[in-house]
Amino acid sequence: MTLHSFDPWPWFVTGPVISIVMVTLLLIGKRFGLSSNLRTLCSVAGAGKFAEYFRFDWRSQTWNLVFVAGTIAGGAIAKGLMLKPEGVALNPETANALKAMGIEDAGTAYAPSLLFGADAWNHPLSLLLLVVGGVLVGFGTRWANGCTSGHAISGLSSLQWPSLIAVVGFFTGGLFVSSFILPTLLPLL
Amino acid sequence: MIVRLFLIGLIFGITLTMGEVISWFRIQEMFRFDSFHMYGVIGGAVFGGVLFNLAARRFNWVALQGKPLDIYNYEFGWKRYLLGGTVFGMGWALTGACPGPLFISIGAGFYPILLAIMGALLGTFLYGMAQRHLPH
Repeated sequence: MTLHSFDPWPWFVTGPVISIVMVTLLLIGKRFGLSSNLRTLCSVAGAGKFAEYFRFDWRSQTWNLVFVAGTIAGGAIAKGLMLKPEGVALNPETANALKAMGIEDAGTAYAPSLLFGADAWNHPLSLLLLVVGGVLVGFGTRWANGCTSGHAISGLSSLQWPSLIAVVGFFTGGLFVSSFILPTLLPLL
Repeated sequence: MIVRLFLIGLIFGITLTMGEVISWFRIQEMFRFDSFHMYGVIGGAVFGGVLFNLAARRFNWVALQGKPLDIYNYEFGWKRYLLGGTVFGMGWALTGACPGPLFISIGAGFYPILLAIMGALLGTFLYGMAQRHLPH
């Protein structure tokens, strides 16, 4: 087997494998939800001293941290050994729009070097974007009690209204940022 | 159990990386409605999940050792879902990462994502502090 010889997987492979992951977790008595790990990690770090929310039996959730450790190893194997080095074959409309905002490697890279490559460390605004975006991800997923795995996939799969409302929220926030914030922010990076 | 969980996580990490779900570019494309890719990924995962849930109910499937499937039932309501969901969506579009990809990106070598992870832990802490004052 040659290194870096695999094409990216199409949606009709990726989607069903995600279903299989969710189902496998359910069948071994666990459940599929990534954002609850953020609460667990805060509790492990001692946040229970400050807020009731973090005072729970976090030891019962450490299985999910093992799952996360596996995902990190999976990312290393897929990106480091399997995937062809070519970038993401974006729709040229997205690529051109992002290039016009100063993201030069749109359409040729896997992720923008201005945000995720070595370049990012020289751009304070890139680092700020990552921190602020992260804060919104943490605050929002805990407020909504779930993220893409808990609401969009597990929740919609079990036909729950709250999850549909949450997904409407995900898109409201995402569309707002991609339409109004990023076009102003990205050229400044 | 630990080995099994690690391996399922490993498959999940490989899948989201090979499927380009952890690519900031794919998330931008999704929010611009320029590609079916991400809708196919999420829709495909939900479709498989719906089939499983229907079959599990119909045939009373259970987890290992006969325990009931741990399908989380969200409390009725809308405020926390809509408001929290909107806040998360803003973060998703900025960082291009929801909580799964946030961690997988470290493995893929996108080290500046560590700042977003620290941000997410800070955001979680802030939520914990503010919880009683927020609408739910």
